Amino acid sequence: MATLAEPQTASADDTFREEVRSFLAENFPPDLKNKGNALASVEGPTQEGPAEKAWREAMGARGWGVPTWPKEYGGGGLTRKQAAILNEEMAKAGAYNPIGGMGVMMFGPTLLEYGSEEQKQEHIPPIARGEIRWCQGYSEPNAGSDLANLQTFAEDKGDHYLVNGQKTWTSGGQWADKCFAIVRTDRSDKHHGISFMLIDMDAPGVEVRPIQMISGMSPFCETFFTDVKVPKENLVGKEGQGWTIGKRLLQHERTNLSGGGSMARMMGSSLADTAKKYVETDDTGAIADKTLRDKIADFEIRWQSFLLTAKRAVEESKAAGGVSEISSVLKKLGTKLGQERAELMIEIQGLQGLGWEGEGFTDSELAGVRAWLFGKATTIYGGSTEIQNNIIAKRVLGMLDHQ
Amino acid sequence: MAILNEEQEMLRDMARGWATNENPITAWRKVRTEKPAEGYSPDVWRTMGEMGWAGIVIPEEFGGSDFGWMSAGLVVEELGKTLTASPMIASTLAASAIVLGGSDEQKQKWLPRLATGEVVGTLAFDEGPRHTGRYSAAVDGGKLSGTKAFVHEAHGATLFVVAAADGLYLVEKGDGVSLSDRKLTDQRSHAEVTFNGAAADKLANGREDLVDQVLDRARILTAAEMLGMAQQVFDVTLDYLKQRVQFNQVLASFQALQHRMADLFGDLAMMRSAVEGGLEALDGGYGIPRAATVAKAEANRVLHTMSREGIQLHGGIGMTDEYDVGFFLKRARVLESSWGSTGYLKNRFAALAGY
Repeated sequence: MATLAEPQTASADDTFREEVRSFLAENFPPDLKNKGNALASVEGPTQEGPAEKAWREAMGARGWGVPTWPKEYGGGGLTRKQAAILNEEMAKAGAYNPIGGMGVMMFGPTLLEYGSEEQKQEHIPPIARGEIRWCQGYSEPNAGSDLANLQTFAEDKGDHYLVNGQKTWTSGGQWADKCFAIVRTDRSDKHHGISFMLIDMDAPGVEVRPIQMISGMSPFCETFFTDVKVPKENLVGKEGQGWTIGKRLLQHERTNLSGGGSMARMMGSSLADTAKKYVETDDTGAIADKTLRDKIADFEIRWQSFLLTAKRAVEESKAAGGVSEISSVLKKLGTKLGQERAELMIEIQGLQGLGWEGEGFTDSELAGVRAWLFGKATTIYGGSTEIQNNIIAKRVLGMLDHQ
Repeated sequence: MAILNEEQEMLRDMARGWATNENPITAWRKVRTEKPAEGYSPDVWRTMGEMGWAGIVIPEEFGGSDFGWMSAGLVVEELGKTLTASPMIASTLAASAIVLGGSDEQKQKWLPRLATGEVVGTLAFDEGPRHTGRYSAAVDGGKLSGTKAFVHEAHGATLFVVAAADGLYLVEKGDGVSLSDRKLTDQRSHAEVTFNGAAADKLANGREDLVDQVLDRARILTAAEMLGMAQQVFDVTLDYLKQRVQFNQVLASFQALQHRMADLFGDLAMMRSAVEGGLEALDGGYGIPRAATVAKAEANRVLHTMSREGIQLHGGIGMTDEYDVGFFLKRARVLESSWGSTGYLKNRFAALAGY
């Protein structure tokens, strides 16, 4: 019961917390407890049952999947504090956010910053409701780390562009509805000749071919554009502004790819808990293999520091009102630690941790193997570790190229 | 950098301004040459006392400012950048032991004088070259006997917080207390302290794990000094790479060196988060043992690498006594070995986590 002595803000927060609790009680099906969000994953298509669909629609209707986005575009319009309360209550209830993917992580925030009013009205609400899957048309066969070398060309045809070329490593391209792409509109200027545009994946002339990876999965695609018509209103910002907009989007990408969120979920099964199942313990319950125990502790200490760093980056960017300049550091460190962890998990499990398929392996063992192999992509995509090092050295530390 | 409140920002700016302008590394060179008996300049310590730094973690009712551990860490970090010789950490830790475990009478007697810097305190814990967490010093009828190896700031201290087999005791310098110099590579004050039937007053009002509570504070505050040192080595190395020309190019333009600096920058970010996480845990009173272990382990790991790379990236000049970077290497190893080596801390982390 509220008392007169209680500060106004606390009681407003308490009211909101109550609202969240009753919403969750009413709308979150207990069967879905602690499940992941298929939409946020690039590893497979959405396989949404009726319960998942209802949960997504309930969250989408409130805009709570993108809690701090403006209400006028279908976001939750919540304050940071309220968004934190929402997160806390969802965690307590074991509820996941059913709204995710590249539209939420990367494209939405960028369009909110650079898009026209019409573009925001058109594209943001379906993202906020989790109805649209976006993919990223950035990399090309000869434009990986040297991204600005891209050659896919958009020719100005008056009321539309005619796009020809090839993109690669299009994550989830085979399941996506739309693509945010950077394309060349001027061949004479490497960086200023790039524009940012939105392409329908079902437009005539778009062809997608999945690429099989060492993990056995095909989350990435090659995407071919042959005389694809893109209406002029799908250009974001001005012609030639694509490099600036595209780089901004990459900052959002780096923060998200650092793995703070998904790794934290993975930590639910700790390395030590796994070790206790697979290796001997002594009579005090400690891991008997002291070298392995030491390795696990060494990893966990650095992992704690990484989580603290991710938390600090969020606090700093809030205080500065922008994306933290250490987004490259987070991407570089988070992906490295993720790979180390996967390798350590295999070391703990021995051959039992290297199953490919069939009998004798649990689902989680098999999933761990695929995750280990898929994880090798994390230090390559989204700007390789080497590219992040260049960004840190040049943009953050001011170490310049040869004169 | 943690988000600071106004009071903390002012304190940090004051400490940074003072260290940079009044007490740069040339001040440490002077101490090294003049060898004052205390191992630091008494004038400098008096000034620090006047600025209120000795009393940051002491409650206001006992003459301190009670600004908290994050604030103490900010000052210590700045002092670490200029390698200021002072008993700031040692005396703060001694005071915190009394705050945590002292009777009202003990607090009344010592805290106001520790807060002004008039009394210098220190911890006399370890009995060998490595921190083990086991103590054999014993008290019989109020008289303490035992030998403590490598006591930090022993020469200027008049109050020792001594770890005995059954808890912590306050011992004043005087009868039954003798010092024997232990000159270490950092050339700061270290001594073997022998207690031979010295009058000892037990800190009996604290929790059962008082010794560990004090050690966690020692780990975190020491890590804050190490953070300042690592930051400084990084900054001077980056400056050096930006001005040193070889092959008609500044060194900073070479990608091999850029990537090493990017690695060090990432490590430094982790170290800062871990140290600030420790200071925040102390102020919040939550999760301290684990946070302290992470803070010191990360400080050990990163400063170790940074101090080695600092020399290598400077090339030959980094090897000279004329250049400052070598001082950081020599102090780094002393602090790495204090209050738990990396191996000790990993073991502690695993034990705290139950594996």
